[in-house]
Amino acid sequence: MPTKIEIPTPMRDQTDGKGVVEVTATTVRDALAELVRLHPGIESKLFDQGKLRPYINVFVNDEDIRYLDELGTAVKEGDLIALIPAVAGG
Amino acid sequence: MPAIDFATGLKCKVCGKLYAKQPLNFCTDDFGPLEVVYDYEAIAAHISRAKIEMRPFNMWRYRELLPLDGEPTVGPQVGGTPLIKADRLADALGVERLWIKNDAVNFPTLSFKDRVVSVALSKAREFGFRTVGCASTGNLANSVAANAASSGLEAYIFVPHTLERAKILGTSIYGPKLILVEGTYDQVNRLCSQVALKYGWGMVNVNLRPFYAEGSKTVGFEIAEQLGWRTPSHVVSPMAGGSLIGKIHKAFHELEQVGLIAPGSSAKVKMYGAQATGCNPITDAVKTGRERHKPVKTPNTICKSLAIGDPADGYFAAKLIRDTGGWAEDVSDPEIVECMQLLARTEGIFAETAGGVTVAVTRKLIEQGRIPRDEEIVLVITGNGLKTQDAIADSVEQPVTIKPSMDAFESILAEPAPALA
Repeated sequence: MPTKIEIPTPMRDQTDGKGVVEVTATTVRDALAELVRLHPGIESKLFDQGKLRPYINVFVNDEDIRYLDELGTAVKEGDLIALIPAVAGG
Repeated sequence: MPAIDFATGLKCKVCGKLYAKQPLNFCTDDFGPLEVVYDYEAIAAHISRAKIEMRPFNMWRYRELLPLDGEPTVGPQVGGTPLIKADRLADALGVERLWIKNDAVNFPTLSFKDRVVSVALSKAREFGFRTVGCASTGNLANSVAANAASSGLEAYIFVPHTLERAKILGTSIYGPKLILVEGTYDQVNRLCSQVALKYGWGMVNVNLRPFYAEGSKTVGFEIAEQLGWRTPSHVVSPMAGGSLIGKIHKAFHELEQVGLIAPGSSAKVKMYGAQATGCNPITDAVKTGRERHKPVKTPNTICKSLAIGDPADGYFAAKLIRDTGGWAEDVSDPEIVECMQLLARTEGIFAETAGGVTVAVTRKLIEQGRIPRDEEIVLVITGNGLKTQDAIADSVEQPVTIKPSMDAFESILAEPAPALA
């Protein structure tokens, strides 16, 4: 079973409308690289000069990767990576 | 359409991309926050101090600088709270000129959130939403519930399950769908964002956020007008999501842009941010010189209204504080309680825990020499102490009980006066 990446609605133009993209990876960094390989249009939405954009929060199984190991966070088969816009609340 | 709509669209604060006015809070290119854009030249030609002063004293007297297409349909009486010359608190803190902007008495739900909600829900109605909602640490929940009730909107309100009982009851009474979420505010907020994306409801601090946040500017407009159309030297504001402090400063800047206060006024105001030490992502970023805040995973403070571990406007708040030459500090729970009492005993104002944070941080900044003792300071009090009574229950002096006789009364007069806590 691969790792799943949940794509938020405003990014689905870049994933042929898919809400979930399946990848095989051992870290979040690899998983996002695989996502970009499959859907190159999403790269500029996620990254700015190689760095993850500040207003995109990445969750692995409901845990924010900033509390884990950032992009180095390990993922395994069956894990769910969610990309969520951060600009809300307060 | 009445001639009061000067908002021309939305703009990404990161890349500057323009969008038409719509219920959208982030740039679809880089996910940066969107902000309302106005035609300031047209506004300048349309308003004057005299025109504003003729209008009722509430937040809508600055309607040209708020993003509605028409008249407000929700909360037409919100705002217009007192700016109090706080001489007794000034003496206690050892400063010369101190003012308190008292939104603890805002209408209808006793916090500054009524300002943002009246804009957000008026806008929600313009967009045609029938269902609205929010993620909240309490005050926003109260305000959305009350204002949705009075305007006949259905409301879904998400709060952390650990919220104070008074804030839960003060929401439930208005009859919304109140959902207690087993998690921190940030988890509640994330769920609310997902709900907004899936169901397309008007979430005031999610997809309506660019409009909602503009309501906070009216705190700044009122401060400047109440000071006689000028700005103070120092403003101390509590920070949760980090939006209010930025909007107060933006308000001063806008008043200058449309010619209502003297040129150069806004650049002279130093902005100071206040948080509780148990949830201090923004003050930590300022104090350590970090550009981006480090989120606090599990906030731990009695000041639940400021307990946002991952503030959406944290970056902009920290930058503003640095750019204006201000500073940020945080204070412990005992300091918060002590300063809630200090404010009450010197000025007769019962503020919620966030008010204790603001007073305690001000005291700290004065003691550190960050805020000079001889310049004018404004403190922003954002919520009412009746909502957070548990925080002070063990700290206030217990009343004495006596028999109904003069002897009993005079026996307590003979006792030495208890020391102030």
